[in-house]
Amino acid sequence: MTMIQAINDALDVAMQRDDTVTVMGEDVGYFGGVFRATAGLQAKYGTSRVFDTPISECGIIGVAIGMGAYGLRPVPEIQFADYIYPALDQLVSEAARLRYRSAGEFTAPLTLRSPFGGGIFGGQTHSQSPEGIFTHCSGLKTVIPSTPYDAKGLLIASIEDNDPVLFFEPKRLYNGPFHGHYDRPAKGWAGHPDAKVPEGHYRVEIGKARVVREGSDLTILTYGTMVHVVASTLDELEDAPKAELIDLRSLIPLDIETIEASVKKTGRCLIVHEATRTSGFGAELSALVQERCFHHLEAPVQRVTGFDTPYPHALEWAYFPGPVRLAQAFKQIMKD
Amino acid sequence: MMATTPENPVWTGANRPPLRLHVPQPPARPGEAPNFSALEIPAVDAGHRPDPDTPAAQMQGHAFGLVRVLDLDGTASGPWDPQVSPETALAMLRAMALTRAFDDRMFRAQRQGKTSFYMKSLGEEAVSIAAAFALDDADMLFPSYRQQGLLIARDHDLVDMMNQIYSNRADRMKGRQLPIMYSVKAKGFFSISGNLATQLPQAVGWAMASAARGDTRIAAAWLGEGSTAEGDFHSACTFASVYRAPVILNVVNNQWAISSFSGMAGGDETTFAARGLGYGIATLRVDGNDVLAVLAATRWAAERARGNHGPTMIEHVTYRAEGHSTSDDPSAYRSAGEAAAWPLGDPLTRLKDHLIKQGHWDEDRHATMLAEVMEQVRTAQKASERYGILGHGFNQPLDTMFEGVFEQMPWHLAEQEAQMLAEWRAAGLPDIKREEPGA
Repeated sequence: MTMIQAINDALDVAMQRDDTVTVMGEDVGYFGGVFRATAGLQAKYGTSRVFDTPISECGIIGVAIGMGAYGLRPVPEIQFADYIYPALDQLVSEAARLRYRSAGEFTAPLTLRSPFGGGIFGGQTHSQSPEGIFTHCSGLKTVIPSTPYDAKGLLIASIEDNDPVLFFEPKRLYNGPFHGHYDRPAKGWAGHPDAKVPEGHYRVEIGKARVVREGSDLTILTYGTMVHVVASTLDELEDAPKAELIDLRSLIPLDIETIEASVKKTGRCLIVHEATRTSGFGAELSALVQERCFHHLEAPVQRVTGFDTPYPHALEWAYFPGPVRLAQAFKQIMKD
Repeated sequence: MMATTPENPVWTGANRPPLRLHVPQPPARPGEAPNFSALEIPAVDAGHRPDPDTPAAQMQGHAFGLVRVLDLDGTASGPWDPQVSPETALAMLRAMALTRAFDDRMFRAQRQGKTSFYMKSLGEEAVSIAAAFALDDADMLFPSYRQQGLLIARDHDLVDMMNQIYSNRADRMKGRQLPIMYSVKAKGFFSISGNLATQLPQAVGWAMASAARGDTRIAAAWLGEGSTAEGDFHSACTFASVYRAPVILNVVNNQWAISSFSGMAGGDETTFAARGLGYGIATLRVDGNDVLAVLAATRWAAERARGNHGPTMIEHVTYRAEGHSTSDDPSAYRSAGEAAAWPLGDPLTRLKDHLIKQGHWDEDRHATMLAEVMEQVRTAQKASERYGILGHGFNQPLDTMFEGVFEQMPWHLAEQEAQMLAEWRAAGLPDIKREEPGA
């Protein structure tokens, strides 16, 4: 399955098992979503469970919170993560705090799905990675898959979770893994080991990282599209370090045990994300590693991230933390 | 470009009359006489009562009129007269008096340093009380912070409300919320948020869910006229209209949003009720100090919602007779005489006069009732204060701070909790032990 098919399948499975699961968002109904993630669901489950919404992110999330208070399990879609900001108040002030402020009387068991990340010539408003805004808000979970297998298992787990979950889907990975070279032919998911997706219901536990490959020289912490870019860059470089590559999969809650064990083993840590650097999630990761693994570190913790600029269109491949930037970072951290 | 002719002079540059920014100003400021001349009060029988399935587009008159039942002399009449029994009218009178007594007592408790904050609903009691009497107990309420009357009309335990205000040991919210931000699921009263207007789309979503499930329950939401300027109001109206959600959107126009008069929310140019029309939402504008009119309008809206005819917006024209909150001094921005000069009077007095006129009530019984509700509040206050008051410090075990952020506590919160307790102990401060409320 492609990641899109896996997401579609996860929604289908979740809706089949629990008739309170309700899918809503712009163009998700009859049309099946601009990325086809909800294709066929309205025909199968009816307009009361899969419906189009007005173009109002504030409305979509506000209404989803009310539906959750009623007892439904809403799965709202925000068409691009770049357009999540009109819903910020509803997410941060309401969904994130409802359980806490009502001492559990009301909860917001919603899963906000949203395509995110760059690498598609999306320019400023079709490429952003706003996860750091949400990891800063207590009460929200943030989940980011990097494979079709994880996408399905994590999405089902998110929908079944009783807390609000932001489920960011790396749209660069919807149809295939990404090696980081925009000028080479794109690969599809067919034949990829992580594209084997079981039928029916299964969950990938939220809060557990995946060790993509083991290594002894260096720990690389990343998630989303960058998992594949890093893996493929390591494969391509002749002098690549023997890196332990960790796909975090979930930022809040974070799998600190896996991170700590790995960095204590390797003594070096490189953090890679597409999002802008300053106050990004990488800063939190860096601080945690420094606090917990200080005496095991043989080099400063480093970050390869998007630059602190809006996401550019023409200069995307200078901005993107791709093979060129990664190769330099590998050299530097192994020299330090 | 338009040609210059003697009939059409095209002015350019400095010859053009300068533009001016219009910043609305209230009709009266401190030191000036109150001025409510802009408020038109039609006769009680001026408006008809349309069928509850009337299309919104045919309700222009109701967006600019005023649904009224009680004349200022206490006579009830007209097409909207809900013909309530004396028992129901007396129950509403008592609930309004109880709300007012509760407000008085809690306002004073804040002044005595027993808690940090309070907000009265003086003069607006009819808006909440009548709505609670018009709706079914199973209908879901999404209030703002000035609808304490809803809880009181639904016979919620006053002690429980006060426990929340005092953030005491028995506070079900565990001291997490600012006073008056109640949450009472058992009474269909949604958790109040400090962020204005957020509850409106939530109420619409609740109503949509009820409809999607084939339920028969409806939702109602409240916000002030000032909060209608928030984007959430627009989102809520759009969604309510698009999905014909079984919801009642109540705009409580009490003329003031802290120090901003209603003109600052757009009230000078049109009515707040009229905003509903633009969304295709049936709209009623109601005398908010006329408890029978509010009851009648809410019943109409509920009937419309239950018949799958869609949402209703009700603008309640009332007056915020007290300061915005215990942190506010209204003498700094409005005429001191306004509350007394408010042309729609006092909701409690108006219903009392009506009942006396009908022969169901008299001054003696009224005085006795006022003494009874005062005693009821005083008794509740004593009971609540036995669980502690905020003024005496922490009433919650320290570790409750970390509970309920998520369903299960993740490691980072568990670590922070352990750190806090260690800091506390290292400073030699006592642990606050867990104990059952009332222990």
